[in-house]
Amino acid sequence: MNTGKRSKFLFSTICFGMAFLYIPIFLLIVYSFNASKIVPVWGGFSTRWYGVLFESEEIWASVALSLKIASVNACFATLLGTLAGLALVRFGSFKGRTLFSGMISAPLVMPEVITGLSLLLLFITLKEFIGWPDSRGFNTITIAHITFSMAYVAVIIQSRLAGMAQDLEEAAEDLGARPFRILTDITLPLLAPGMVAGWLLAFTLSLDDLIIASFVSGPGAVTLPMLIYSRVKLGLRPDINALATIIILAVAIGVLLAAWIMFRQQKQRELELKMSEES
Amino acid sequence: MNTEAGLEAGSGAEVSGSMLANWANHVIHHHWRTLVLLVPFIWLLIFFLAPFFIVFKIAFAEAVIASPPYTPMIEWVDEGIMHIRVVIDNFAYLWEDDLYVNTYLNSVKISTISTILCLLIGYPMAYAIVRSSHTTKHILLMLIILPFWTSFLLRVYAWMGLLADQGLINDILTWFGLEPVRMLYTQFAVYVGIVYTYLPFMILPLYANMEKLDWTLLEAAADLGARPATTFVTVTLPATIPGIVAGALLVFIPATGEYVIPDLLGGGNVLMIGRVLYNEFNANIDWPVASAVAIALLLVLVLPMMLYQHMQGKETESR
Amino acid sequence: MSAIQNYEDRPWMDPEAEPFIKIQSVSKLFGDFVAVDSVDLEIYKGELFCLLGGSGCGKSTLLRMLAGFEMPSSGSIMIDGANMTDVPPYERPVNMMFQSYALFPHMTVEKNVAYGLKRDGIAADEIGKRVEEMLSMVELTQFRKRKPHQLSGGQQQRVALARSLIKQPKVLLLDEPLGALDKRLREQTQYELMALQDQLGITFVVVTHDQEEAMTLSTRIAVMDLGRFQQIGTPTEIYEFPNSRLVAKFIGNANMFEGRVTENSPDHVTVESHDPECQFYIDHGMSIQKGSKVWIALRPEKINISKEPPANGNANVIKGMVHDIGYLGGTSTYRVQIGDGRIVEITSPNQVRPKDGTPPIDWDQEVYLSWHASSSVVLNK
Repeated sequence: MNTGKRSKFLFSTICFGMAFLYIPIFLLIVYSFNASKIVPVWGGFSTRWYGVLFESEEIWASVALSLKIASVNACFATLLGTLAGLALVRFGSFKGRTLFSGMISAPLVMPEVITGLSLLLLFITLKEFIGWPDSRGFNTITIAHITFSMAYVAVIIQSRLAGMAQDLEEAAEDLGARPFRILTDITLPLLAPGMVAGWLLAFTLSLDDLIIASFVSGPGAVTLPMLIYSRVKLGLRPDINALATIIILAVAIGVLLAAWIMFRQQKQRELELKMSEES
Repeated sequence: MNTEAGLEAGSGAEVSGSMLANWANHVIHHHWRTLVLLVPFIWLLIFFLAPFFIVFKIAFAEAVIASPPYTPMIEWVDEGIMHIRVVIDNFAYLWEDDLYVNTYLNSVKISTISTILCLLIGYPMAYAIVRSSHTTKHILLMLIILPFWTSFLLRVYAWMGLLADQGLINDILTWFGLEPVRMLYTQFAVYVGIVYTYLPFMILPLYANMEKLDWTLLEAAADLGARPATTFVTVTLPATIPGIVAGALLVFIPATGEYVIPDLLGGGNVLMIGRVLYNEFNANIDWPVASAVAIALLLVLVLPMMLYQHMQGKETESR
Repeated sequence: MSAIQNYEDRPWMDPEAEPFIKIQSVSKLFGDFVAVDSVDLEIYKGELFCLLGGSGCGKSTLLRMLAGFEMPSSGSIMIDGANMTDVPPYERPVNMMFQSYALFPHMTVEKNVAYGLKRDGIAADEIGKRVEEMLSMVELTQFRKRKPHQLSGGQQQRVALARSLIKQPKVLLLDEPLGALDKRLREQTQYELMALQDQLGITFVVVTHDQEEAMTLSTRIAVMDLGRFQQIGTPTEIYEFPNSRLVAKFIGNANMFEGRVTENSPDHVTVESHDPECQFYIDHGMSIQKGSKVWIALRPEKINISKEPPANGNANVIKGMVHDIGYLGGTSTYRVQIGDGRIVEITSPNQVRPKDGTPPIDWDQEVYLSWHASSSVVLNK
């Protein structure tokens, strides 16, 4: 009786919470098929805004720039974040460790406006003294994104390394592998799933960033969030609803695909384990 | 003659090429640890630490109409005397101007209330997720995380459509014969926006904390005669405090410096530090004041940020 | 005793034998904590040597120093005449089988086993041949293409063993080799391990906390506590002639009595105990001061339990009352209360089948406990 009441409460909490999280997204999608120019007023079903969207060269240019920045950022952030994670978990204590671990985790909690402002001031100062970067845009946004994305990658790598049994590395050492060999034969292959997760996270973080990019970008370099922002700042726009729908569908398909692959692998493993027990 | 020279040059390049490869091989095998450490270290020194010193420097300079629009901190006066000019006017200006003081207080107020709201909604949700069956748990968790991967900006935009004067909520109100309410471009919209975007940040640490709880403790408490409410206050709540603190910090810290939500949902009516900083820098081109605002914002957040780092450190140690 | 002894199975008895592993006053400190406290140990070629102790006694640290994962804070380690103290693990002629097996999860069985040979730069066809031999020895040939997680616990254990043996190490270190297996598999594997060691002639050093495992496996055992060796000896020596109360209690069960030496002559010793009131007669002499305080350890199976008083006088007898009986089928364990309320444990084989189902000795019965004059062990620490 009592537990029934409690589980009812918990069930309604979940329903309410999920509705809160998903209804706005759902409506965003619904209104992208609205024929009316005024978003909240339903004027019949239409796909005309998708047509408008695909004809806009501005959108395509910003999508291309954002994807370019996101992929370059993801690669560098994964590399640097993996190195940082390795240094923090496997190197024991070294000089400047506190500073290093502070610098690697600070970007996680630093307000974006501060990161953006400070990086812009750095680029301006650098230009004054060494003449680089001569123009702001792709390079500066990418550098700024790498700086904060690598922190997220480092966190993922650190937790994977901490969870990885150290005796695997010791076993390799015992069998004659020198430290660098251990890194390439054992540590890195085992870190690969973490690196993939880190890459995806860095990619998404970069695609999602508006503020830092707005600070460090220069004339002519408009990322997709910057473009969306400049359009929605003045009010609702049906073509942005269409764009949002495409982005949300792409993400949902990607995530579901990943989940499905993971589910399949899990099943496969269970099956194989069963086979080994029977044999 | 010609061919000979070509051959020579070719073999020379080959020799130096293989020497380079040898050298690279040597460096990788003997100094890779140093490389692994130094590459990210130097990157962070240049692109994370150095910018802060620049912000500090500029915050203590005077605004001038020039490029860059601030006075240098260190000047070489004649006869090689170094003249350090420190201007604390920027901070005095922030302190004396009611606009800035109110903005600060308002930011802290908004993020505090949003944090509490997130906790009130997130706690029962995390609890419900932890207590559900294995498969449901994973599906629910994925549903919580899924919005993370979609654009933050678009999720805020979605609320513009809901809260607008002619938006869906007001449509429903009118349909029921009620007066439409102005919601977009008010403080209320900012609360909704912050709670909406940062709710997962509250739920996930709470979930992680509750997941590790020994739920038989609750049964033990019930067995010893505690009513559900007593059990919650004496057992569940104290055990989940680490999760509450982590979640609260993860909401409070970014919410305080938030720019997009107050700008899109709050319009010109809601003042928050992030917005003031952005406008001071981009619209007023007053870099010293913008830097001073940044430092003042850091001062508000430095304590919660250090607390969070401390907790993370303990977490990794305990593993 | 003949003058010419056969030392083949007992190299540590041979005064001329050169020890294969020589650990000299090795200490290991972690901060302030002394994990290993200045130990000396000599292990001979072909031994199956066990380091036995509870958790935190320093046995694993000592093993890790032999492997090279930890460097001694002081002292030296020699293996086969070469100083190994500062040699890194990848250059030591020693291999280890990990408690968790530490199989590389991203490599097949075959690649796991081949890994050590590859690191030595051995030709591919040679590696292939040796891996095949090794896999057929541990009966895993049909699983060569599987990944570790597709194997059962026992199969994983054999892969780990094959991987650590393939480099033909001078010494094989085994960290709780049977710890992860269930009881039945453990017993079977114990004998396989011994057979394998006999066949290959490699020196084995095993760390274990399981005394039964140590007793069955080893040529000699070192009992460790608080970073030091309490006793080093063959299983029989350690069980029948423990040198301290700690060892006597750690290996098997022992009933302990406190007393004083009342008589010390070359052919016998008597010890008087007041708790309970009893006289112990030991039928051999020992170098011990008359009047000094000693402890007598008596193994449960060395005590005879009877309803009638034994014929041979007053010494080595205690009267008591049966408090509890644990019937185990082949044997019974009696817990007998003596004098002041102390409980003595006796294990006795059930040689006679009780006629009507009632046991010959029953609860609350008065019984006499007696033992042979050679059975009690006198301990002075």
